[in-house]
Amino acid sequence: MIEIGEEELEWLTLGAAVFGAGGGGDPLMGSIMAKRAIEESGPVRLIDLDDLDDDDLILPVAMVGAPTVMTEKFASGDEGPRIVAAVEAQLGRKVAAYSSGELGGVNGIIPIAWAALGGLPIVDCDLMGRAFPELQMTTAVLAGIDINPVVITDERGNVVSFTTIDAKWAETLVRTVVGAMGGEASMCLYPMTVAQAKTGTVRRSMSRAMEVGRILLQASDDPIGALCQAVDGYLLAEGKVADVDRQTSAGFARGSATIEGTGADSGRLLRMEFQNENAVVMENGEVLASVPDIITAVDVHTGRPIVTELLRYGQRVALVALPCDPVWRSDQALALAGPRAFSYEIDYGPVEEIHG
Amino acid sequence: MAEAAAASAYRMGVDVGGTNTDAVILDHGLRVVAKHKSPTTADIVGGITEAMGAVIAAAGIDTGDIGRVMLGTTHATNAVLERRGLARVAAIRIGGPATKSIPPLWTWPGDLRSAVSAGEAIIDGGFEFDGSEQVPLDEDGLRRFVESLDPRPDAFSVASVFAPVSDAHELRAAEIIREVWPEARICLSGALGSIGLLERENACVLNAALVSVARGIVDGLADALARHGIDAVGYFAQNDGTLMAVDRALEFPVLTIGSGPANSMRGAAHLSGLSDAIVIDVGGTSTDIGVLASRFPRESAVPVEIGGIRTNFRMPDLLSIALGGGTIVAHDPAGIELGPESVGHRLTTEALCFGGSTLTLSDVAKGGGLAGFGTEPVDIDDDLIRRALAEVDDRLEQGVDRMKLSRSDQPVIAVGGGSMLVPDRLEGASEVVRPTDFDVANAIGAAIASASAEIDRLFSITEEGRDAVMERAKAEAIEAAVAIGADPDAAEVVSVEELTMAYMTDNILRLRIKAAGPLR
Repeated sequence: MIEIGEEELEWLTLGAAVFGAGGGGDPLMGSIMAKRAIEESGPVRLIDLDDLDDDDLILPVAMVGAPTVMTEKFASGDEGPRIVAAVEAQLGRKVAAYSSGELGGVNGIIPIAWAALGGLPIVDCDLMGRAFPELQMTTAVLAGIDINPVVITDERGNVVSFTTIDAKWAETLVRTVVGAMGGEASMCLYPMTVAQAKTGTVRRSMSRAMEVGRILLQASDDPIGALCQAVDGYLLAEGKVADVDRQTSAGFARGSATIEGTGADSGRLLRMEFQNENAVVMENGEVLASVPDIITAVDVHTGRPIVTELLRYGQRVALVALPCDPVWRSDQALALAGPRAFSYEIDYGPVEEIHG
Repeated sequence: MAEAAAASAYRMGVDVGGTNTDAVILDHGLRVVAKHKSPTTADIVGGITEAMGAVIAAAGIDTGDIGRVMLGTTHATNAVLERRGLARVAAIRIGGPATKSIPPLWTWPGDLRSAVSAGEAIIDGGFEFDGSEQVPLDEDGLRRFVESLDPRPDAFSVASVFAPVSDAHELRAAEIIREVWPEARICLSGALGSIGLLERENACVLNAALVSVARGIVDGLADALARHGIDAVGYFAQNDGTLMAVDRALEFPVLTIGSGPANSMRGAAHLSGLSDAIVIDVGGTSTDIGVLASRFPRESAVPVEIGGIRTNFRMPDLLSIALGGGTIVAHDPAGIELGPESVGHRLTTEALCFGGSTLTLSDVAKGGGLAGFGTEPVDIDDDLIRRALAEVDDRLEQGVDRMKLSRSDQPVIAVGGGSMLVPDRLEGASEVVRPTDFDVANAIGAAIASASAEIDRLFSITEEGRDAVMERAKAEAIEAAVAIGADPDAAEVVSVEELTMAYMTDNILRLRIKAAGPLR
């Protein structure tokens, strides 16, 4: 068991940004909420799946909606208990612990706030091991775990619960409900037993993100080297953002950034494509890394991740790619969240094989 | 008649900086007639009065011919940083049941929160992004909170969720507060613009806390003018490089915070005649590099902290590097090191060229023939000069490159007392412009500033379409600029930022539009 206090929260906030691959929403608002919840109610217990019984129920949770709305109309703080009550009433059994639905970005932090206020522990796992834009892009789907019941609540206390024929339909219906609720909401998805979670989640991802954040915060000399070592990552190149081209369509922040190599990488020209998250890095027609592997742009001096919205001409960045959880590398998983699922007509190759 | 007199009269610009208070007098063609630098005093007004007296004497004009006086001052900044003279504010947020996970002022440093807070409450109410009510305003709850406050606070701050989309609940809240206390001083967040509740609320509470300071600023200016027998219209410089009238400064003192860098960049634009360029402002301790776009400073995309508080202020996007005339140069056979320490205001006693014993960049500049100031000759090894200046060039080039928006070369304007350190040729610069009066660019920036206003809101484009919405938003921004003093015939849109929103099913655009025009 790990106790998450203020310091651990700071590590996790930074680590969640690394695994956010440039997306997943700014962890800052989540971090302020969690900090206050910890100050009010004390540290949160992060436990392992092995600490629970196989038939205990765990509840993955997330905030969904537009990050801009979250900066204006943020949570009331009682969303978690309301969702737990609804799920318990529907399933007729107690929830033993929360988990994060999505490690990367704001959703790596939100469950900390809920757990502190609701007195439940968090299990050390999540459903992506990174950030993805849609609800069906989860390890739970790969393990055949039902997304239902899906419960969404807004800050007013409205609770919508539905049962869908599959996760893709849940994605469609959730977006509609979230729109009606004012552009952001809180939800649970894929409630599951511990036995299911042992194969249907990315295990120990929260503690790993926390450790990565700690290493990055404490690395003074060579933060990028320390980061790569901590995450088994590869430095694709160091360079300068030479151009950023953005378009938004159908709720996605799509675009690309051109990186001109500097220093040892002088003369190289890389292109990074993003769709909310960073998706593909190309050089001279060759793929250097692609989804579902995790591509993160970090500040070359501090090693701090830079979200895609804040990529700007002139920034000095290092592009770091790290292997995704192995579960994402089956044919079924790549069909769900590989390059072609994001409309890139390229084949996926594991980052460690490209650069090993 | 009055307008004709004002148009033909002189104007005076005064900028209070950390080290110096600069004053300039410009004629009706906005040419510099006289300038003066004097040390900033602890009480601020003393330094302003002295600078005004000296510049009037230097100009040799009749004080009756000064029609307008523009002041950029650090009063409000210092009050916040030193926690002095702050009013006690009741911080009311209208947003419940949402937003309760982070209470008002919770993110503030403890000492500032206890100096300012006279009570905090989250009242049910607020709006959605599309302007519909989130929940109705809890009028009874608000009234009960206001009545419960004892002692009575000096001022009220009211911030509602999505106030930039609809301020109806904030306006109604102000009415209710006045029903309880008719004389209450109230600041509404909607007037401070921009999406982001915590940052806007922080700015609103800070503004309410500055009500007495505002009175001090306005009285200080009136006092300085009266001492010199000047009967002119006063204006205050804002953080975005534009001006506001005295009555608005009384209402929004928080907007005077950080006006210095913006003034400096606006002054650089005026002196050089360039509207799009990189500005390098070299002072004694640091160098600020910023970008002019359509004559205005490009603004920072990330929230700005003041006294440890995140705010929504639109500050110029600046890169500050520890490089200035007072920067200490350390050297040994292995190489040289520039700063980051500086002799700062002790330049005139510690630098070699003033008879001191510390090697500074000013000495290097003098040794290299770039500057002629100082009282003593300097004798520095040529190789050391060459290497130190190469290092300066390198840092400036990197800074310029980081701030540029595109790969094409852009003109660079060098201003500030230490700008002799900017070389004539810089990689990435199409030319290096050194305007006359570069050393008082900030006071000139205050004197020539225009009136401006900004809107930052979400618009639905589903019914009208994007183009019609854009036109409507632009007209709204111009109207707002005219409302605060811009000439309706000359006011124009100076910047448009269009942001689409991820994960929204509706077609929602966030538009940030700024309009500005010369003073009527």
